Amino acid sequence: MREIIVISGKGGTGKTSLTGAFAHLAGDKVICDLDVDAPDLHLLLQPANERLEEFFSGHEARIDGEKCDGCGLCASLCQYGAIREHGAGFAVDPLRCEGCKVCVAFCPAAAIGFPERHCGQWYVSSTRFGPLVHAQLFPGAENSGRLVMVLKQQARELAKARGADLVLCDGAPGIGCPVISSLSGAHLAVAVTEPTPSGRHDLERVAALCRHFQTSLAVIINKFDLNPDETARIESFCRDESYPVLARLPHDPLVTKAMVQGLVVTELPESDFSRALGQAWGRIEALAGLAR
Amino acid sequence: MIVSVASGKGGTGKTTVAASLATVWERPVWGVDLDVEEPNLHLFLRPAIAGSETAWMTVPAVEEAKCTYCGACSELCQFKAISVFNQVILTFPEMCHSCGGCLAVCPEKAISPGRRELGEITWGVAGRVEFLAGRLRIGEAMSPPLMRQVKARLEQMLAKGGDAVIDAPPGVSCPAVNAVLDSDVILLVTEPTPFGVYDFKLAWEAFAPLGKPMGAVINRAGLGNDAIYRFCQEKGLPILAEIPYDRSVAEAYARGRIIADLSPGFKETFVALRDKIRALAQPSPSREAAHA
Repeated sequence: MREIIVISGKGGTGKTSLTGAFAHLAGDKVICDLDVDAPDLHLLLQPANERLEEFFSGHEARIDGEKCDGCGLCASLCQYGAIREHGAGFAVDPLRCEGCKVCVAFCPAAAIGFPERHCGQWYVSSTRFGPLVHAQLFPGAENSGRLVMVLKQQARELAKARGADLVLCDGAPGIGCPVISSLSGAHLAVAVTEPTPSGRHDLERVAALCRHFQTSLAVIINKFDLNPDETARIESFCRDESYPVLARLPHDPLVTKAMVQGLVVTELPESDFSRALGQAWGRIEALAGLAR
Repeated sequence: MIVSVASGKGGTGKTTVAASLATVWERPVWGVDLDVEEPNLHLFLRPAIAGSETAWMTVPAVEEAKCTYCGACSELCQFKAISVFNQVILTFPEMCHSCGGCLAVCPEKAISPGRRELGEITWGVAGRVEFLAGRLRIGEAMSPPLMRQVKARLEQMLAKGGDAVIDAPPGVSCPAVNAVLDSDVILLVTEPTPFGVYDFKLAWEAFAPLGKPMGAVINRAGLGNDAIYRFCQEKGLPILAEIPYDRSVAEAYARGRIIADLSPGFKETFVALRDKIRALAQPSPSREAAHA
């Protein structure tokens, strides 16, 4: 089984639109949206949810006002500034609480509870392109990396049960916790970039991250015609670092047109964009060692 | 006053808006990059860097000669960053959240503060804008600790007077919430596409409970559909500026240009945005009380 993850560093370069199209083009697979923070793939795939699970991860401190004697030890121990004076005692700001348990362990009045944190939900759904494993972290919640691991595990098991040889994942922007989790076990990362100063800068950082975790990387330059000089610089960077450039895709309102209809771009009538994308997918299959 | 420019979806124009806004803001003003995973503000403001320092966080350093392997540290640690089995104690610094629990709980005082590199903080001047930014080390999973250090430095600067425009990371989970947590006004930048609208709603859900004045900037107006306008109206969220969908704007961005500098019309758009933000921030009694 092969696992392919689409990432970008910079947000808004076209990860999800392209992942949706690849989901259309790929053979037997399980699709997985690992951007659990701001997931959008379901807007293209219109999933019918078949399974819903609650996601609990970590804990949060809660002070019982009745038992609190107002000594303030908790506030002085908290490294996150999460405990503030409140009335005669103290209260925890859940947005700042990291769930470290230090206040709970040291409270002389045993006034601090430590309930589990309900961080989000995850789903297994069916779509016109095959099964989709996806999630929604509650706004403001943490532990996205753990939720990414849960989704990947589910997607792998589902692919195995169905005899599918591919797990196709849409990743999150950035280079932090959810992206690091999504790289683990991936056979190929596909970075979608754009020829802008931010696009190139962020590609270089996400490429360094892939190198750090020894994940193979290939690159797609989206909106290549916005700045030919910057496209040339990205291509030269890829040549120097031996990253295959899979496609140069034009800046085309077609992508938004498809999105507004809840379709992927390869479902619209054939275009330069969709032809280039088809070739890119062929190269991805070859690089990932997928049988055609 | 601190204004955070946030978005939900990546690539909607946060950095574009933050750079333009900082450029037209009255002095003294700080342009602050809190998108520490993929910092881009410097690519547009082009500051002369005056200094930088490495940012560290505290992790446990164990003096094994003093350790009795009682296990109190590993029992308390919620992040699997310190483990004791039989006569072995191991630390996993990459997992540590720097809560200080193990140091405080060890009865033998066998644990002292060690450190892990988080990244770098840089500062400088870009024309009339003071510049401050965090840059996460490649491979580091946690961005909030570095963001907290950048914010602490900003607070010191602002104690002498002035305002700040913060370029926040995309998404709506812990890094994004951390970025906007201490600001006076939150500006949400979006685009009127289905992805833009969906993530904008998530951002609104994440940030509305903070009780801060919020306003929207619609970038690429004319693209997609009108769902974003209906949502803003429904929630009473003021639309403070619109930037039209125009290929020439995208091309200027791709060349690293600041949009407010493109034409007198665009400059006016951002001057008007600045004035509307100022009006939105008044009155802010909580901040005045905090300074009293």
